[in-house]
Formats: sequence, structure tokens, C-alpha cells
Amino acid sequence: MSVTLPNEKGRFGQFGGKFVPETLMQALEELESSLKDAIQDELFKSQLEEELHQYAGRTTPLTYAENCTSELGGAKIYLKREDLNHTGAHKINNAIGQALLAKRMGKHKIVAETGAGQHGVASATVAARFGLECKVFMGEEDMRRQALNVFRMQLLGAEVVPVASGSKTLKDATNEAIRYWVSNVEDTFYLIGSVVGPHPYPMMVREFQRIIGDETKKQFLEVDGKLPDLIVACVGGGSNAIGMFFPFIEDDVSLVGVEAAGKGIATGMHAATIAKGRLGVIHGSMTYLLQNEAGQIQEPYSISAGLDYPGIGPEHAYLAETGRVHYTSATDEEALNALKFLSQTEGIIPAIESAHALAEAFKRAKEMDKNESIVVCLSGRGDKDVHTLMEKMGGKS
Amino acid sequence: MNKRFSEHVENKKNLFIPFIVAGDPDNETTIELALKLESAGADAIELGIPYSDPLADGPVIQAASARALKKGMTLEKAITLVSSMRKKGLKIPVVIFTYYNLLLQLGLERFFALMSENDVDGLLVPDLPFEESEELRKKCKAENITYISLVAPTTSEVRLKEIVSEAQGFLYCVSSLGVTGTRSEFHPSVYTFLTNVRKYAKIPVAVGFGVSQPEQIEQLKDHCDGVIVGSAIVKQIGERENKLLKEETRMEALEEVFQYVCSLTEPNRRLVNDRR
Repeated sequence: MSVTLPNEKGRFGQFGGKFVPETLMQALEELESSLKDAIQDELFKSQLEEELHQYAGRTTPLTYAENCTSELGGAKIYLKREDLNHTGAHKINNAIGQALLAKRMGKHKIVAETGAGQHGVASATVAARFGLECKVFMGEEDMRRQALNVFRMQLLGAEVVPVASGSKTLKDATNEAIRYWVSNVEDTFYLIGSVVGPHPYPMMVREFQRIIGDETKKQFLEVDGKLPDLIVACVGGGSNAIGMFFPFIEDDVSLVGVEAAGKGIATGMHAATIAKGRLGVIHGSMTYLLQNEAGQIQEPYSISAGLDYPGIGPEHAYLAETGRVHYTSATDEEALNALKFLSQTEGIIPAIESAHALAEAFKRAKEMDKNESIVVCLSGRGDKDVHTLMEKMGGKS
Repeated sequence: MNKRFSEHVENKKNLFIPFIVAGDPDNETTIELALKLESAGADAIELGIPYSDPLADGPVIQAASARALKKGMTLEKAITLVSSMRKKGLKIPVVIFTYYNLLLQLGLERFFALMSENDVDGLLVPDLPFEESEELRKKCKAENITYISLVAPTTSEVRLKEIVSEAQGFLYCVSSLGVTGTRSEFHPSVYTFLTNVRKYAKIPVAVGFGVSQPEQIEQLKDHCDGVIVGSAIVKQIGERENKLLKEETRMEALEEVFQYVCSLTEPNRRLVNDRR
């Protein structure tokens, strides 16, 4: 297993690359060389580290979920608490990195897309922090589901642009953000929120998110003196998952990514791209893609606005193809049950996204030995989902 | 180079290349429109394939794509429309304009077989930059299909030289940053950009994105060898969707679109006539 990917063309095996209009090629080349330059620059590295510690609140804890563990009666369950980051999710790690890079490149405007709103909030936050103008594209359906986050972005001084095309969700917001970027590429930095998009985005976002796995490794070795047996993370585009998995790729640790099975994979109402997607091109990258026979992109579905994306990060597609990471899925219902269980046993309300990973971890824990350990990436907290949860659970739990 | 390209495009000035979406709003309209555009002075036609997520396109062409998709248009069906155009006497080259995913799903082999069976002359893939298009360019060369390359005002000199060295048919120069659609202003550096492109290009240099008025065509005339007009024509079609869908009103609506296209080409008409 090679951790030297992507190659110079931005490929992870057959996945990745740059599939964008010619107008954007210069901007991608400029980004590539600025990134290369920045990650070798000690000043940039220390500035990034400083912001992550003093502003975002890292290091995040690795919490032993003792009550969960004893109720399930199997492997020990640990939670990597990305929910305790400033703004409530792992998204801030990447947003800080890209914003610092944008400043370094002399760009004063950032444009972003958002589904659940977590990346939008993270983008709006770093824009305020670093004095950048910020525009966030968001599907109208997601704006309805995540009204609280819309308001947070506006409060932070960002402009939220409603997107009415297609399914009015993340895919369409991404299309519009790219269209806006093509038109304003000379002064605007496109802050992508996941490990998707044309090269170098998937690699860059991975580099800004790998801190999750790097910290986890160190922390776990401290508490247990060895590596965990299993690591589980949810996958939409896949940024928290790749951040968590990447530092463990060459280790003897089982890695499991959990996609959104929505109302059930058999119903067609899901966002399970690895399970049901075919090789295709979306938003500048070759990857697995939910599409019909003729190649038209299909609308994904998930109760979680952060997972309903028809594509997946190209590195995940590669890890699935090579078999290094096992990908599975959890339905809306399984995720909600896991969410309730964690809330009531540990006093932690997770994001619905993260609850997909929890559902798989709880299932596996029961089948594993007491001496074994699982780490779940708790990518974000559930505050933003309370509205959806109340609708779904009728205000009761 | 493809025979129709060498007859109708190579070494020509004041090229007029219209763009329409296949199946917008239906197949009959697309076939009839192609013929109308030829008689209005078109030197080649770009036939756009409707796609659910047309990243390089603005609202007008997005809406046209949605209209055509509603009618079940696919890349495969669109290519077969070209045969129907030829049967009705269309002589100018037809360029298929498709996003890469559609082509990928159809498969290269099937795609090229269909192109040759149906007498298609050229191919343009807006989301496939030079670095990713090598295989397709080779295949086009082998099958005698003209592969159209795009360059933008943001294209660096190094890239420009590289792209131009492989370009065929005509060079598609994007007038401005952004997506397709009419606009009142071009990129401030458009003339320097075109001068630079012409310095290297051995084939006609055509300008597209935002060209919608006779005055713009007049302004650009001395800086390029032709124009590509898409959204402005597609908008005319969209406004007549209902009339075009009904057999009894289709010809009337087509005539209106024809008159509009003639008004666009009028300033060039004298020149068009001169050179023919």
C-alpha cells in the first residue's frame, strides 16, 4: 500500500485527476505550486499549528465511551472528539489551512459550497478571522434543513447564496460554486470542504485533515500501548474519514468507512456511492458516481445533509478498489438509533453524519472481544441537527 | 483534417459557428434548426449534448439541457440526429459538444463507431483539459474526427503553445472568464489574448462565450477568424418552446429564429457572400 499518492497528475490509481474547463487550469496550477511551497515553509506550518491550537481548540480528546462499551459488552469503544472543535466539526481544520493558503496567495475572497452547513460555517468563521470576503453556495433544501447554520454564517458576515437547481442540495451547491469560481478565478479562492474536486484539492484537504488520525495514533498509543483494532468513520465526500484513516494506512488496523444507506440501498433512496456508483467524472474528478445508464448524475438521498453527495473522494474510491478500506453503509434509521444510544449513554449528541459511523461501530463492538478496541471518528456535534431530529422524532426521543 | 472541415472551415475568415442543444425542445426542431442555421450562413454547427450537471454552462443552456433531458435525449440518440440532418441535405460540419462523463459511460469504442456511422465531423469536450485528453485526441486523429481545443484568457503562454500545437479544425477561444451566456463585456485582455493566440495558431481562431450582438461580432472581426454563438440562439429557442413542440406552429417559430440568426450574421453577410 502506497502513501505516496496521488501521482504528479493527481491520480490515485485510475481515480482523481483534473477534469475542469480550461479557464480553471491556471488557477489549479497556481494552487498546486503555492501548496507545495507552503507545506515546506516552517513559518506557514507554525502559523497553522498555532491557529489549530489557540483558535480551533485542538488537540481534541480521545474519549473512552465506557457506558456504551459496558452496555454492548464487546470491544472497547473510543471516540475521537472532532465535535469539540471550534464551530462543532472537523471542517474547521481544513478551513483554517485553506484560508491561510488563500491569504498567502494574495486572494481576498473565498467561495465555498456547503451541504449540512458545517463547512459553510467553518468557511465563514475563517473568513471573519482572517479578513476575507466570503460567499457560500447552499441548496435551498439544505437551507431549510439547516436554518440554524444559515443564520450562523450570516452572523459571521458571510453571504449565503441559495441554489434552486437540481435537488437543491450539496451537488447543486457545488456546481454553482464552481461556476462562480470560473467567473471570478482571478481574485477568488475556492475553499472546497471535502476530499473531492480536481487535483490538488483531494490531496490538500487530506493533508489538512490528517491531524485527526495523527493525534489519534499518538493518543491511543498513550492509553493502550498499541494501535486500535478497528477504526470507523462516516463517508460522504470523505474528509473526516480520510483524515482519520490516512496515518493508519500502512498499519495493521482495520479501517471501515460508512456511507449513508438512506431509506435502504434497495429502495434507491440512498447516498451509497461506493456500493452503488460507477466510474465517472464529477466536479473535476474521476471517481465512483451515482448515475443512470446514460451517465446523467443521480440525486442522492440521506437524512443527513452532509452525506447526500453523489460522488466520493477519489482516494476513497482507490482504497475501496484496492481493498485496504472496507466500505459499508447505515440507514437513516440505524443512524438515528445510534444517535439516541450515544446521547443517552454518554451524554454526547453526535451529528447525524457521525451517527452513521457509530451505528457500524456498535454493531461490530458486540461481535468483538473485550480485549479489542474500536475508535470512531465523531466528526461533528448534533446541535445543527436538532431541527431534523425533532421533525423525525416528533419532539420525543 | 476531416474533409468537411477542410472545405468549410480551414483558411476561412468570418466564420459563423452556432451552438444548439440536441433535442431542445425536440428532435424535429433540432434537425430543422440545423438546416436553417446552414442557410443563415453557418460554417459549422456545434451540437450540445444535454447533461444533468453542465459545469461550464450558464442558466440558458442549463435550461435547454433540462428541456431536452425531459424528452429523454442521450448522447447516443443525439449522434443519430446528425444522420437525419445529412439525409435532409446538411453539408457543413457538425461538432458534438459533450461533457466527459457522458462519453465515458457510452464507452470510447461505441462512441467512435456511432460518430462514423452517423457522419459526425468533430468533437469538443468542455471539461477535458489538454492534460487529460491525449487518448481522445489520438483516437480522433485515427478516426478522422476533428478534435476542437479550447483556450481561455487565463491560459498561460506555455499551455497555449502546447494546446495550439495539437489543435485541429478551429481554435475555440473563450472571450471571458465564466460560464456560457450572453454578456455585455468581454475580458479586458481579450484583444491581447486573441493577438497572442493568432501568433501561434495555424488554424482559424474563433471566439465564443457571450457573443450575442451584431456589434460585438463587428468589434471582434479584425481580431479573430470567426465567432461561436450559443446562448443567444438557445434563448430564442427556449422562448418558443411551446410553438416549436406543435407541428402546426413549428415552421413559423423556426422562421422567427432564422430571422434572428440572420440579424446576427447581417454585418458579415457581405463578407460571407464575397468569399463564396
